[in-house]
Amino acid sequence: MHPKRKQRLILILFLIFGFSVVMALALYALSENINLFYNPTQISKGEAPESSRIRAGGMVVEGSVSRDPNTLANKFSLTDYNATIQVEFNGILPDLFREGQGIVALGKLNSDNVLIADEVLAKHDENYMPPEVAESLQHEKAGAYPSTDYKEADK
Amino acid sequence: MMLPELGHFALILGLALSILLGTLPLVGASINSSLMMRLAKPLASGQFFFILISFIVLGMAFLQDDFSVQYVANHSNSLLPVQYKISAIWGGHEGSLLLWALILSGWTLAVVFFSKSLPLIVYARVLAVMGLIAVGFLFFILLTSNPFDRFLPQFPSDGADLNPLLQDFGLIVHPPMLYMGYVGFSVVFAFAIAALLGGQLDAAWAKWSRPWTTVAWAFLTFGIALGSWWAYYELGWGGWWFWDPVENASFMPWLVGAALIHSLAATEKRGVFKSWTVLLAILSFSLSLLGTFLVRSGVLTSVHAFASDPARGQFVLGLLAITLVCSLSLYAYKVPQVRGRIHFSLLSKETFLLTNNLLLIVAWVTVMLGTLYPLVLDFIGGAKLSIGPPYFNALFVPLMSVLSIMMGFGIISRWKDNTAAYFIKKLRLVAFIAVLVALITPFVAFSEFHFGAFVGLFLFSWIVLISLKDMLDKAKSSKGLVYGLRRLKPAYYGMMLGHIGFAITLLGVAMVSIESDERDIRLSVGDQAQVQNYIFKFESMEKIEGPNYLADRAYFSVFDKDSNKLIAALKPEKRIYLAKNTPMTEAAIDPGITRDLYVALGERLEGGAWAVRIQIKPFIRWIWFGSLIMGLGGILAVSDKRYRKK
Repeated sequence: MHPKRKQRLILILFLIFGFSVVMALALYALSENINLFYNPTQISKGEAPESSRIRAGGMVVEGSVSRDPNTLANKFSLTDYNATIQVEFNGILPDLFREGQGIVALGKLNSDNVLIADEVLAKHDENYMPPEVAESLQHEKAGAYPSTDYKEADK
Repeated sequence: MMLPELGHFALILGLALSILLGTLPLVGASINSSLMMRLAKPLASGQFFFILISFIVLGMAFLQDDFSVQYVANHSNSLLPVQYKISAIWGGHEGSLLLWALILSGWTLAVVFFSKSLPLIVYARVLAVMGLIAVGFLFFILLTSNPFDRFLPQFPSDGADLNPLLQDFGLIVHPPMLYMGYVGFSVVFAFAIAALLGGQLDAAWAKWSRPWTTVAWAFLTFGIALGSWWAYYELGWGGWWFWDPVENASFMPWLVGAALIHSLAATEKRGVFKSWTVLLAILSFSLSLLGTFLVRSGVLTSVHAFASDPARGQFVLGLLAITLVCSLSLYAYKVPQVRGRIHFSLLSKETFLLTNNLLLIVAWVTVMLGTLYPLVLDFIGGAKLSIGPPYFNALFVPLMSVLSIMMGFGIISRWKDNTAAYFIKKLRLVAFIAVLVALITPFVAFSEFHFGAFVGLFLFSWIVLISLKDMLDKAKSSKGLVYGLRRLKPAYYGMMLGHIGFAITLLGVAMVSIESDERDIRLSVGDQAQVQNYIFKFESMEKIEGPNYLADRAYFSVFDKDSNKLIAALKPEKRIYLAKNTPMTEAAIDPGITRDLYVALGERLEGGAWAVRIQIKPFIRWIWFGSLIMGLGGILAVSDKRYRKK
């Protein structure tokens, strides 16, 4: 083969190889780091996986927040007015975390279906409700909860 | 007062002029009428003038507390300090779009002033394309987001106040800088379209495009760095980058813009990668539009997402679609005519620039995948999900490491051809010293070996040492080193600063990621906590009154563990902004070259105790300092005489 062509071939093969390796890596990393959203109804039905990190959203139940007197550990209940789950969090709750407000908690479920959260999000607006929470609440209220919509999430 | 109506009217006049600007010179270029082409200049100036008037009118409405204007009532308050009244102009959706339009017309005017030496036909086409972009955005403002809408006949006696998060120096400068960058890419885009229309993708086109690209990219760098800095002290509890979709929206054009800067260099100097370069130019502006869409449409929820009116999102998406369809069709139609027959070997600067482009594009694709995947899935009715930062980190660490290694080779290589022996001869000493530095420093600084710190330090020294070596080699002269150094061009020094700035940021990122210490603890007055070698003592607590807020202020003293010497006094606050009863956390930071000490108040707990976050952030300033150097490098490069005249 002509040396110029050979060089070009090496370059192209190298590029294709590098690109596919990176893309494979990217897709793998993506699949490992997807945090699916579940509402309390789905979680209490046992639809959410136990070992992977999930997002759970709902309203903080009035009067449910309890704090440990010596550490930053706290517990509260999260509801979509249909089902209620327990959340445990060890850390600083955000400024806008309040009872009766919509929040999103990220973490893993333990064997008792309690969400051990590592992050709690409440957005910077007192009227704000996380869109997932708003939408899932709407479904619950209308009584037209399309469970099939969320089925794909289980894969 | 009829002032707001005057602003509205000026905006409509601006639109009328931009419609003329977007059409007449283009028609002139196709029928070869120099009169019509020459109209571009007065039209561009007039467009800028009227948009400026409308911007000033909005500013006056803020300064005069004219709460009959809805936008002012929603984003200001009579108690708001005056500097925030001014920055509140772009603190909401409508006003920030007006700023977008103002900056666009400003860039158009800059083209008028700095590109007088362009051939008339190119000049006319560039300005016309920018006029067309302005048409799109002015329609957007006037139809969906008019900042001059009134509450009439009854209007509120006081405003709702600016979001307290935005009442900060960072917000005064972050959006204008970012927009300067975003919109700056419209100039590059306009040059690319003009070149495609004329069928002349040549070295001259690349040379004209280069300074605009570099300036836009430099502003984008400043804008992103300011945003990160602001998030660090105001928003994020000490985080400096969250891979939040809104951050990614600004990072994507930055990555592609960086690729474009490098491929333009190859296109200008060697005439290679022409069709690729023009594609990048189209891409970088499209990504700016995508960024605007993501941030402004309300599909994302964050401090940036002001609006959730679906009409607005559809409008920007429509603009993006039109831009992409038109420019890519033109590209597909014209580019087959462009043929390059220039050869280069495997070990040449061309190859390394190509590698740079490939790595940056891959980085962009991974960011885009992680940003858009959840949105697209949600849109088509699939699962709701979010992509965690580990995804981005897992990809960026290897990608940026390879990029840094390649950057070293790229800097030292020559055009066309190099031998492997050349690289070995030039780089073996550098590699040896870099390894040595990376091995020894962690022991001295942290008294332990950490592989991540080793990699970070190695890459940092690798880039910096090669840059310096290349500079010394190039400055070699019979008349001595100083003479040689003075003979090197600003464009060359700009490039050096860009690369060294990158290395500084890289080291900052590596150190913060590896050596940070973060502690959330419960403290009462009189308690103390030890983090690394620092003792944080909670001294006292008091209530204070700000202009538009009340606050609890804590006093912390920080002592050295061994010498017991006082290092810093920190005063974090928990504020309540009165207009809407919004709580806000004001962190207290003791900045330093090698570390920041960071204290923030969480919530008040029972028994007078507070939840407190204490952090040690090593080398975090390097991230923004490096970005500043990168941006300044860009500005320096553009000051080079070669870009002036011809």
